[in-house]
Amino acid sequence: MFKGLIGKKIGMTQIFDDAGAAVPVTLIEAGPCYVTQVRTPEKEGYASVQLGFVEIKPKRLTGGQLGHLKRNNLPPLRFLREFRSESADLKEGDKVDVSAFAVGERVDIQGTSKGKGFQGGVRRYHFRGGPKTHGQSDRHRAPGSRSSGTTPGRVYKGSRGAGHMGDDQITAQNLKVVLVDTERNLLGVCGSVPGARGNLVLIREARKQ
Amino acid sequence: MSELLKAVEAPVNPNIPQLFPGDTVSVHVKIKEGNRERIQEFKGTVLYMHDNGTNSTFTVRRVASNGVGVERTFLLRSPRIDKVVVERHNVVRRARMYFLRGRTGKSARLKQKFN
Repeated sequence: MFKGLIGKKIGMTQIFDDAGAAVPVTLIEAGPCYVTQVRTPEKEGYASVQLGFVEIKPKRLTGGQLGHLKRNNLPPLRFLREFRSESADLKEGDKVDVSAFAVGERVDIQGTSKGKGFQGGVRRYHFRGGPKTHGQSDRHRAPGSRSSGTTPGRVYKGSRGAGHMGDDQITAQNLKVVLVDTERNLLGVCGSVPGARGNLVLIREARKQ
Repeated sequence: MSELLKAVEAPVNPNIPQLFPGDTVSVHVKIKEGNRERIQEFKGTVLYMHDNGTNSTFTVRRVASNGVGVERTFLLRSPRIDKVVVERHNVVRRARMYFLRGRTGKSARLKQKFN
């Protein structure tokens, strides 16, 4: 069965499980999503399901976007995302919601991490920096040597150093579902989820169970 | 804070009355042993309250055998707490009763507060 949803991160709190233990929970407002397109190996060369999330005013979309949705008489949707799926038991125009998931299942959650801006090597890659004492000046958070000397006479590509940190696509894997609320379209998972509150997240069945 | 977050958080335990630092209380905790569940009592003085929404806690100190002090922190909204009985309110002037840690016997007494 197809399991995938688009959601919005609400924030973290803690709830108590059946044994009375406190569990850290990230709440996600997930779905309801519409199936906007079903891609098949025959037509597009691979199998996937395209979901749409968040209804908006028609004037927020371009004519082409509206036409794409209008094929299946769907409302204007803000976000369209694709989920690879071989088991296409859905057809275009179907609605999917949190009832696809059950408490105790494992999910992967993909999101965009918080942007940290341009950061030094100490923060970005946990470089140790220089000594704090023994006559050091301006070397406390320096990266040290980046590479070898005359041979090769350059810095290898991909070497770690200062640069832009965060705002990356991150997938938190194997998170346990601890709460499903079909009335409020809420999904609660144990542990943290990438990104700030309000971020768009994609929920999939866990790959490495 | 988001209303949705509040909606899933545990409600306030109705069996826990308003506690104050310095109160002498007895906390009835549910303890699971195998398949049996029993209730254990923990009696002592409330050292301090930690007010943080669903993560609110209170810490109780009691002096066990051999004069060993035992401090236990309970989650205020935990379903494991069966009930809390306030045995007496005491006259205290501070919110955190850390000074009790260094004291035993007579000097660790608190004056009862009558309303």
